[in-house]
Amino acid sequence: MVLSPKLRYVGSRLVTTMLVLVSATILLFSLTLFIPGNPAEVLLGPRATPEAVQAYSHIMGLDRPMLERLAIFLGNVLTGDLGRDVISGRPVLDLVLEVFPYTLTLTLASIGLAIVLGVPLGCYAATHPGSVLDQIGAVTSVAFIAMPNFVVAVFLVLIFSVWLHWLPVLGVGRDGGWGDAVLRLVLPAVSLALSWIGYIARLLRASLLEVLGEAHIRTARAYGVPERRIVYRNALKLAAIPTVAILGLGVGRLLGGAIFAEIVFARPGLGTLVYDAIAVRNYPVVQAAVLVVVAVFTVTNLLTDLTYLWLDPRLGRRLGEAR
Amino acid sequence: MRDAFTAVWRSPTGRIGLVLVVLVLLFSLAGPFVIPYEPNKLDVLHRFAGPTTVHWMGTDNLGRDLAVRMAIGGQIALTVALSTIGISLVGGTLLGIAAAYAPARIERVILVLFDVLSAFPPLIFALAIVALLGPGLDKVIFILAVTMVPHFGRIARAQTLSLKQAPFLDATRVLGASAARLVLVHVVPNIMGPLVVLASMDIPVVITLEAGLSFLGIGVPPPRASWGGLLHDGYTSLTQSPWPVTFAGLMLILATLGFTLFGEALRDAIDPKLRAAP
Repeated sequence: MVLSPKLRYVGSRLVTTMLVLVSATILLFSLTLFIPGNPAEVLLGPRATPEAVQAYSHIMGLDRPMLERLAIFLGNVLTGDLGRDVISGRPVLDLVLEVFPYTLTLTLASIGLAIVLGVPLGCYAATHPGSVLDQIGAVTSVAFIAMPNFVVAVFLVLIFSVWLHWLPVLGVGRDGGWGDAVLRLVLPAVSLALSWIGYIARLLRASLLEVLGEAHIRTARAYGVPERRIVYRNALKLAAIPTVAILGLGVGRLLGGAIFAEIVFARPGLGTLVYDAIAVRNYPVVQAAVLVVVAVFTVTNLLTDLTYLWLDPRLGRRLGEAR
Repeated sequence: MRDAFTAVWRSPTGRIGLVLVVLVLLFSLAGPFVIPYEPNKLDVLHRFAGPTTVHWMGTDNLGRDLAVRMAIGGQIALTVALSTIGISLVGGTLLGIAAAYAPARIERVILVLFDVLSAFPPLIFALAIVALLGPGLDKVIFILAVTMVPHFGRIARAQTLSLKQAPFLDATRVLGASAARLVLVHVVPNIMGPLVVLASMDIPVVITLEAGLSFLGIGVPPPRASWGGLLHDGYTSLTQSPWPVTFAGLMLILATLGFTLFGEALRDAIDPKLRAAP
C-alpha cells in the first residue's frame, strides 16, 4: 500500500504521541516501585499498625505481582480512573478537573498577552530593521527570554505589592466578582508571558524579514501594491507560520511553567495541586496531575505539528522530496 | 576557537554576555575565599540586615551572610549546568553518530527514542521523579541530562550524515583505521562546532531548571545554598526584608542573561545556520 508522504507523517506523529503517553504512564507506575519503603506504610504514617498497613496494601493491590499491577494501572488510566486521593478518598481525576480550569485560564491569558504584545513588536521591528526601537527591542527580547519566570513573578510581587500597593496580588479572588478575578490574573499572566513576548517578537521579525525578501513580494511591489498591504496581507500570513508552531509548544511549556506562577501568587491550579501533594507524599495525586500535564503537552505538540502541515503546503512537498 | 572568542568579543551583545559570565564565574569561585563568613553560620541577632560594608548583600532569615551564600549558590548552579550538559552532550553525540552509521532499523529505534524523550516536559518530568523518589542533586542532574540527550543527538546525527560521504573518511578507512578511531579521531572533532554552540546555549536553560526545582524545594536540599532556594526563602520572608529576593533574583537574571548573550554570539560566530533552530 502506498501512502502519501503527508499521511505517513501524520501516522508517524500519531504513533509517537501514543508511545509517549504509554511510556509516561509506565514510567509513573514504575517510579512507585522505587519509593523507599512500602507506599502503604508511607501513606499511613509511623503510627500505623502492621494490620492496617497490610489491609491498605491489599486495597492498593500492592500484594499482587508487578506485571498484574502494571496492567491494572494501565487499564484504569485508559478508563479514566487515575486512583484515589489518599487523604480525602475522592477520585483524583475529580481533583484534577476541579483545578484545571484555573491553570488553563492562566495559560491562555499568558499566551493571549504574548500575542497581543509580541506580534506588533515583531512587525514593527521587521519593517524598521536597524532602527533604534528595533535595537532596543532586540536587547529586551533576549532579556525577557533569558529571565526565569519565577524570578519575574517574585519581582512583580515585590514591586507591585510590597512597594507600590497597586494591585491585589495573591489568590484568584473567588468572591470578588469578575473584575477582581481579572485584576488578580494580570501579574501572574505577565510573569509567564514575558519570555513569550520576546520569543514571538524575535521569531516573527526574523521570518517576516525572510519572507519580505522573497521573489513574490518583489513582484507585488513591482505591481505597485501598497507596502502596508504587502506586509500585513501577503507577508504576514506566510511569516506567521513558524510563530504559530512555537505557540503550540508554548501552551505545553506554559502549563509546566504555570506551577511557579501559581505558587508565587497563591492561586489554585494543577501546579499548586502537585506542589501540595508532594509535600505530604500524596502519590496518586502527583501521578494523576503529572499524567494530565504530560497528556496535554503531547497532544498540543501533535496538534501543533498537524496545524503546521495544514498551514504550510510547502512542508508537505518537502516531506515528499525527503523520501 | 580563538577566532570564535574574538568574534564574540566584537559583537556588542556578545561582549556584554562575556563580561557578565566572567563576573558571575569570578564571584562564585572567588567569593567564598574573599568573604569572611561561613555560608551556613547562623547569627540570629543580625538577621534580615540590609546591605552594609560588613554584609555586602545583607543577611537572611537566620542571619547567614547572603553574599557568601549567593557565591555558593553560583557554584552549585554551574556544577549542575556543566555536569548535566556534559552528560547529555556525550550521550547524545554517541547516540547520534550511532544512528547515522547504524542500519536503518536501529536508526529508527534511536530516532523514536529521541522523539519520546523530547516529548516529556523536563520540569514536570523532574517534578514527578523527585516527588516520588525524594530530592537530590544527582537525580536532578540525571533527569535534566536525559531530557536533553535528543537535543544533541539529532544535531550529531545530521552532522554525521553530511560528513559520512567525505572522501577523507574513506581514505582513513582504506588505510585501516578502526571504527572507534574513525569516530573519535575523525568524526567527533568535525561535528563538534554546532554541538558546542548548543551546549553553551543550554547552560542558561539548565540553570533556570535547577533554580526552578530548588525554588520548589525539590532540587538542592537545604541548608546548602542555591539561587532557587535563596529566592524561595527570601520570598517567604518578603515582608521582613526585600534583600534576599532582590539579590537572588539578580544573580539568576545576570547569569542567565550573560550565558544567553554569550551563547548567541558564539552561535553567530561558529555556525549561523543554527539560528533557524528554535
